[in-house]
Amino acid sequence: MTDSALLCGSVTSLRQQLRDRVISSEEITRACLERIEACNGALNAVITVCAEQAIDSARKADKAIARGDVASLTGIPLLHKDIFCTNGVRTTCGSRMLEQFVPAYDATVVTKMQAEGAVMLGKCNMDEFAMGSSNETSFFGAVKNPWDLNCVPGGSSGGSAAALAAGMAPLVTGTDTGGSIRQPASLCGVTGLKPTYGRVSRLGIIAFASSLDQAGPMARTAEDCAIALTAMSGIDAGDSTSADLPVPDFQAGLNHDVQGLRIGLPREYFNDDLDPVVRERVMVALSVLEQAGATLVDIELPHSHYAIATYYVIAPAEASANLARYDGVRFGYRCDEPKDLEDLYLRSRSEGFGEEVQRRILVGTYALSAGFYDAYFNKAQQVRRVITEDFTRAFDHVDMIAGPSAPGVAFQFGAKQQDPVAMYMEDIYTLAVNLAGLPGLSTPAGLINSMPVGLQLIGKPFDEQTILNAAHRLQTDTDWHMGTPQFTTVTS
Amino acid sequence: MSWETVMGLEVHLQLATQSKIFSGSATTFGAAPNEQADAVDLGMPGMLPVLNEEAVRYAVKFGLGIGARIGERSVFDRKNYFYPDLPKGYQVSQFFAPIVCEGVFEVPLKDGTLFPIRITRAHLEEDAGKSVHDAFSRETGIDLNRAGTPLLEIVTEPDFRSAEQAVAYLKALHSLVTYLGISDGNMAEGSMRCDINISLREKGTDALGIRTEIKNVNSFRFVERAIHSEYERQADILESGGSITQETRLYDAEQNVTRSMRSKEVANDYRYFPEPDLLPIVIDAEYIEAVRATLPELPGAKRARFIADYRLNDYDAALLVPNHALADYFESVVTAGGAAKPAANWILGDLTAALNRNETDITDSPISAAQLAGLIVRIEDGTLSSKLAKQVFDGLWSGKGDADQIIEARGLKQVSDSGALESMVDAVIAENPDQVAQYLAADEAKKKKLSGFFVGQIMKASKGQANPQMVNDLLLKKLNDQS
Amino acid sequence: MSVSSQDVEKVALLARLAISESDLPEVTERFGRVLGLVDELNTIDTETVVPMSNPHDMHQRLRPDAVTRQNDRENLMASAPEQDQGYFLVPKVID
Repeated sequence: MTDSALLCGSVTSLRQQLRDRVISSEEITRACLERIEACNGALNAVITVCAEQAIDSARKADKAIARGDVASLTGIPLLHKDIFCTNGVRTTCGSRMLEQFVPAYDATVVTKMQAEGAVMLGKCNMDEFAMGSSNETSFFGAVKNPWDLNCVPGGSSGGSAAALAAGMAPLVTGTDTGGSIRQPASLCGVTGLKPTYGRVSRLGIIAFASSLDQAGPMARTAEDCAIALTAMSGIDAGDSTSADLPVPDFQAGLNHDVQGLRIGLPREYFNDDLDPVVRERVMVALSVLEQAGATLVDIELPHSHYAIATYYVIAPAEASANLARYDGVRFGYRCDEPKDLEDLYLRSRSEGFGEEVQRRILVGTYALSAGFYDAYFNKAQQVRRVITEDFTRAFDHVDMIAGPSAPGVAFQFGAKQQDPVAMYMEDIYTLAVNLAGLPGLSTPAGLINSMPVGLQLIGKPFDEQTILNAAHRLQTDTDWHMGTPQFTTVTS
Repeated sequence: MSWETVMGLEVHLQLATQSKIFSGSATTFGAAPNEQADAVDLGMPGMLPVLNEEAVRYAVKFGLGIGARIGERSVFDRKNYFYPDLPKGYQVSQFFAPIVCEGVFEVPLKDGTLFPIRITRAHLEEDAGKSVHDAFSRETGIDLNRAGTPLLEIVTEPDFRSAEQAVAYLKALHSLVTYLGISDGNMAEGSMRCDINISLREKGTDALGIRTEIKNVNSFRFVERAIHSEYERQADILESGGSITQETRLYDAEQNVTRSMRSKEVANDYRYFPEPDLLPIVIDAEYIEAVRATLPELPGAKRARFIADYRLNDYDAALLVPNHALADYFESVVTAGGAAKPAANWILGDLTAALNRNETDITDSPISAAQLAGLIVRIEDGTLSSKLAKQVFDGLWSGKGDADQIIEARGLKQVSDSGALESMVDAVIAENPDQVAQYLAADEAKKKKLSGFFVGQIMKASKGQANPQMVNDLLLKKLNDQS
Repeated sequence: MSVSSQDVEKVALLARLAISESDLPEVTERFGRVLGLVDELNTIDTETVVPMSNPHDMHQRLRPDAVTRQNDRENLMASAPEQDQGYFLVPKVID
């Protein structure tokens, strides 16, 4: 088997090869590590590589396979976004604040993936504290999009998406607070799933906005995402907001049948603001599902327009409190020679946090401060309910909702850096899903000028199965998801 | 000018749970610094709170104990401020929807009357850690062992007019929470800390004056002193035409003054908002009834019952009831056959004195309730005079067995046997013919005086064990028979 | 709503962020742009709407009152910037 075949293999196929003993976990792991070694200089997708630890886990996986002791991800290498705490492995969250931070505990997702036999290769670059849509806010430098090194990979899980697209790992994890899995998945041409809020434990994931954050997988196929979702999901006694619901075997639940599936197309997503080229790609993808038996239905989400304002109050407000713990006292960055306590706070925080993080802390603090709580925070929480009820009503008529994942393809570095609001618009199609706590998925829908574009599928609460099914059917009938960036062939 | 003090109290009560409110760390007092603080307590990245069911149950118990309304749906909020012993930069508390809503708490005053205090609310929150200022020369040390200890903050309306009322409330509250078993109420260890909101107004006026808040007063005595000293300070200012600054003050017990806390550079703006890591606590009627079923008899009811059933006076009842163990001890003495009033007298008198001398708690009393009952039975049946009873009590205290054993061993029995007494009387009369003659010749008034001589002789002969009343009766009869 | 640099300085102090004199105009300008974005909330009537803090109408689960954590000070304090004798250290606080 050639390396490139190996590197483009899906979890599903690698798993079969491992079980058939055609290949060993150590071989796949080494290939991934070599790929990281070769490409990371150009891409900057990975912050920390755990080579020795990975080889060690791979060998253990190979022994387990030899014994016939096989779990759902035994021997499959993966990269975690550097927002998941990893016991004994530096966890930076893309920030100078946590440049040297080594947790004494694992995130539940990390524990679960490990229990399923996955082999952790290392930690992926990301926007600082997951605040960004281009991966330009990372203290560790921007991540390059493997489809065009002059372009951003999206964010905040940009390192994960780029690493996956570049063949550094067949499976990566991300988190999505306002689009941070779906938008980079769209920009890097991979499949990314944000599960329903509460499906996956948040314990050990460095918090951005607690009522919006949700972890999920990114992989080459919807089927791989289904496998990974089952592995990472479930109630966690350590997370009060994790849902007490059984976890289906999402892979077993996959079928190709979309006959009679009603797909809602929100008028507000397909209005004149949508780039016609993006609309064309999205409609072509949807027509594939239509031909397979699905019905496209026009729907309304009349308050969609308010999602961005709502989000940019709630997320910064929660973040302003979540990030108060970074004070230079117990862990993380501490300024040199503080002259007193106030100096310690002020300098540790303004030197340790980057510009975008500081901006959001300021906005959030403002929205919660005396005299503004009702006008901003409380109001945003009310509008959040209004937006959620739009979805609830729509789901009375349709089984899922579809739209673009992002307004366009990957843009050039610096293009939106001067204007925070322009950058925030990257997430206009994804934010509302987080506000309502719904599952959302981005699947490749072809290329525009050789750059990938994504189709977003939105499901009912805890109905990841339906959107995984639809994506799976789409991926059965098309090969957009198998597209690989030029970068891969040039460097390998 | 004549001033009226208006006060409301906020009590921070540490709940006696095994583990912290949001983590599985122990709450034991006195561990080495930071050894009882886990990743949640330290506010480490990615950590999340999970609510301790016992903290919720204790809060509901308290609410039911004061007849307050229990919030059907209470919510945790984040209170945001920076301080080194506040690990997350926010305290998880309840601001918008507390678990215990309005109620009324009846406080017994010294004169036996009940004084109703309106409780505004009581809410659950986490404690902060401790800043240690004196252990290092140039730094402050932070110990987060206490961080995350469950607190119930109990807030009253401004219903207090005197230090005496405030202290009576705190004592009654202490009694209630120890009865409920929700807190050890140990003020010295900080299990019960009191903030006093205090303002003055001209007597006869209604408007509230500008108040100050005296933080963290940690004993009943200091509460009383702090109130007096703050009253003096405010009255001086007002009388000299000044105005009070609304601020937080600390009570300095050594100097007996309150001091302004260094004013913070940033005015407090706590930016409360619902804690997204926790969901609403929903408490239904079934849960409330289940908790209600576990409530013990509370101090108010017990006081009333002691007065009605045991015929105790207000004073005795008021002294016995607040300490649950003392009240239980009293009832055990009565159950074991000791009469109620003497039992109360012995417990509140000699026993309490002995316990205090030895710095012992009633629960560790060397005299068991059954033993004290045994002593009281022997007094009531005339076996022991009050003088002998004290000797037996001392014997009980030093572990010499129960009352009957001590009476037996020391031969302390009061002689009430008429045959034995008769022969003693006969012997004394026979041995003192001159005094008998004098007696017989005297008039009635003098006779009474002279009979004392014979009683003294008999008591001496019996080593004090003769029953004085019986001796007296027998003697008069015998002397009169001589004539 | 327009925002002044004094407003920004006040909020920055609450959030314990230091903004240099030279950065203040630009920070204020960008901060104002974000506020302009969220001011749109004022155009919707939500008089009767119950605020939503969490996506699903779930209730708090309770944990048994049991001590499940043992002393792990050494590991947990391994990344402390400054410590001595088991204490985290900060510059002397005078109160």
